[in-house]
Amino acid sequence: MSNELAPLSDPGLPAHVHRKADTDPVAEKRAEQQVAVLFGISAFGTLLFIYSYLFIDTESFVFIPVMGNTNAHQLGLGMGLAIALLGIGFGAVHWAKTLMSDTEVIAERHEMRSEDADRDAFVASVKERSEVAGLGRRSLIKRTLGLSVGLVGISPILLLGDLGPLPGKSLEETSWRKGTRLVTDPGDRPIKPADLEVGAVAQVLPELRPGQKRTLNDIAKDAVLLIRLRPEEFQLDSERLSWTYQGIIAFSKICSHMGCAVALYEQTTKHLLCPCHQSTFDVTRAAKVIFGPSARPLPQLAITVDAEGFLVAQQPFNEAVGPSYWERS
Amino acid sequence: MSARERVAGTVANYVDERTGSAKWLKKNLNKVFPDHWSFMLGEIALYSFVILLLSGTFLTFWFDPSMEHVVYKGSYQPLKDVEMSAAYASALNISFDVRGGLLMRQIHHWAALIFMASIVVHLLRVFFTGAFRKPREFNWILGIGLLTLGIVEGFLGYSLPDDLLSGTGVRIAHAIIQAIPVVGTYLSFFAFGGAFPSELFIPRIYVVHILLIPGIMLALITVHLMLVWYQKHTQYPGPGRTEKNVVGYPLMPVYMAKAGGFFFIVFGITALLGATASINPIWLYGPYTPAQVSAGSQPDWYMGWLDGLVRMAPPWETYAFGYTISWNILIPGLIIPGIIFTGMALYPFIESWITGDKREHHILDRPRNVPNRTALGAMSLTFMIVALINGGNDLIATHFDLSINQIMWGTRIGIILLPPLAFVITKRICLSLQRADRELVLHGRETGRLVMLPHGEFVEVHEELTPEKKWLLTQHEQAAPIELELVDQAGVRNPKTFRAKLQARFSAANAEAVAKPTAQDLKQLENEHH
Repeated sequence: MSNELAPLSDPGLPAHVHRKADTDPVAEKRAEQQVAVLFGISAFGTLLFIYSYLFIDTESFVFIPVMGNTNAHQLGLGMGLAIALLGIGFGAVHWAKTLMSDTEVIAERHEMRSEDADRDAFVASVKERSEVAGLGRRSLIKRTLGLSVGLVGISPILLLGDLGPLPGKSLEETSWRKGTRLVTDPGDRPIKPADLEVGAVAQVLPELRPGQKRTLNDIAKDAVLLIRLRPEEFQLDSERLSWTYQGIIAFSKICSHMGCAVALYEQTTKHLLCPCHQSTFDVTRAAKVIFGPSARPLPQLAITVDAEGFLVAQQPFNEAVGPSYWERS
Repeated sequence: MSARERVAGTVANYVDERTGSAKWLKKNLNKVFPDHWSFMLGEIALYSFVILLLSGTFLTFWFDPSMEHVVYKGSYQPLKDVEMSAAYASALNISFDVRGGLLMRQIHHWAALIFMASIVVHLLRVFFTGAFRKPREFNWILGIGLLTLGIVEGFLGYSLPDDLLSGTGVRIAHAIIQAIPVVGTYLSFFAFGGAFPSELFIPRIYVVHILLIPGIMLALITVHLMLVWYQKHTQYPGPGRTEKNVVGYPLMPVYMAKAGGFFFIVFGITALLGATASINPIWLYGPYTPAQVSAGSQPDWYMGWLDGLVRMAPPWETYAFGYTISWNILIPGLIIPGIIFTGMALYPFIESWITGDKREHHILDRPRNVPNRTALGAMSLTFMIVALINGGNDLIATHFDLSINQIMWGTRIGIILLPPLAFVITKRICLSLQRADRELVLHGRETGRLVMLPHGEFVEVHEELTPEKKWLLTQHEQAAPIELELVDQAGVRNPKTFRAKLQARFSAANAEAVAKPTAQDLKQLENEHH
């Protein structure tokens, strides 16, 4: 399959060319000194490391051009370690390159494949041994062994069952109920519509029930972004419009794509942008996706005010918050 | 015999009587390793792994893998009295209150980046030079396994401090698990011990990060190196180098000194980076909370391509019979990476099927002499680079004052158009380089020296190449394409016609080459001149 015409011939390994240090004693001496200096520099690096560890205060800073204000303790340790290691490294490599033999040697290669005789002997002994064990004949043993080994393999898998609870309906539920007050985060203060100027954005959470403690798991589903526009800026159907209150609209802050916090609000365009994957939602059109990989609008929380004039939820979220999952309808 | 020799002799005798190691060592101290800078890339990966083990062990002495709520009381003033997880607090403690702790954290992170970078560059070297060919297919697969584990290991590692950036990354990983059809929700609840983020995730990934994956990697690296040792290293083509020999330096002392010294150099450079280049300043991000995120959230570079693919995915979801399939997460997050990594692992077998070549290869290819493979590599690399660029689209947009929407559309179109373009261009470049090699061998090197002949004609003097150089440029094999056997000798139709046609088609494309000069060509040319 190779080229039919005669190829050029291999001239063989080129003649060895001596280095300067091989022939010139002065060069050899110089190379030796260079290696020694490099090892000496390494020793100095370790001294610097020890000095920095013991005597440079961990709170002291030095100004270094380009790097700016730098912690002197960490810098001293790091530079000491780096010099110590590089000195050894460069010293050893320089030694190898200038003073150790640079004559290339040739070793033979052998094909990986075993000799035919070895292969035949191997096959023969495997056959013979399995015959001794009766693997071919005793099918009852073989089958029950297969069954028991297969079954015993289930045990460790079953043992992993307590790794986590079953999801159940938990992904669809949040702490928001009819009448749950919206409270500031941080601060946990209830909010009146007047607290929010037109154009303002606030992150809110559901008010804690007495004795309840807020966990990260709660926040991961409950976080809500409150945005106030002029009511005439909305382009919503009547149901969605009834979920707003005096131009205040509430969306889940958890991105419908992969669950990042949809944290960037652009006032002029009234767009919400998720910084993770740039899904962009139009606030005026019920957080419709106008760009990026998200396939669904952000869930909207219907809000109104209670008797005392504080903002409350009219009902739970209209759909499950956060990223999609198989059972999500 | 000096006293020192006597002591050494006694020790060696003691060990050898119990292990018989002298015979093995005698043979292997003379082990020959070919010398080339590109053979150090894998070494860098090995040494960074050692650095990771050392620096990582140091960090475990203080890191507390717990999501228990604590109030920070350490010496970093801006976060004083802030509520956070014990994991984050202990990461701050390592950075500010353990002497050398920040240095070790930074060395650990830099070593991880260098580890992944050297694996990728090592992989490219192995791919483009054809070092994965028989008998080294197993080692190629081990390498792909190590690359995959390295990506996961790195991701888990930077997720551990439980800062705002890493928590966001974990959130995304969680969403990918949750998007798997049928079992995704269950898998995510089992992995996290409940709904996101739960209290169990950090302790769990800690064990996976410091024990499970490093243990597996250590085993795989050991086998990887044993195979390199046993099969002997490949070598670049050149005079005197054949498929039957290996030309280089013996292990003792040259290679020991060089490789040992190189370990210290890699460690030294990592320490230098750790000392001078700040990386992952977690104290600036603050503790993780699901309701916050920092703008410009970026994964480490070896995950960047994945994030870039997720960013450019079209907003597709399917809703049917009350179930949801998130194509916008599945395609970029699992399907495309699955195809890429499986394809990579199977590549040696695919190429061997196309070329029909089942022989051992120990002489490396010059990439130009295998245009199809080189072009395929350039194509894959282009795909990854476009994806990686989109992974940083927000930073590119802010730094260069561009519209993020335009970058996204640019990469969406680019990822489809540019890879095939890269294939075609690379293949043409390879063939041109082959042509240039042919010209060099036949007509020598252009010296730039003009000479006026007696009758007034100007010619440029060409200098003939040395026999060594000529051999280097012509030693490769130019295989003819596989002949299509549609009917056998008895006139029976080949039952595998489709496969045979496919193979012949690929083989023909693969065999495309500029004919290398032969001894006859040179002789003919010589006759013409005289």
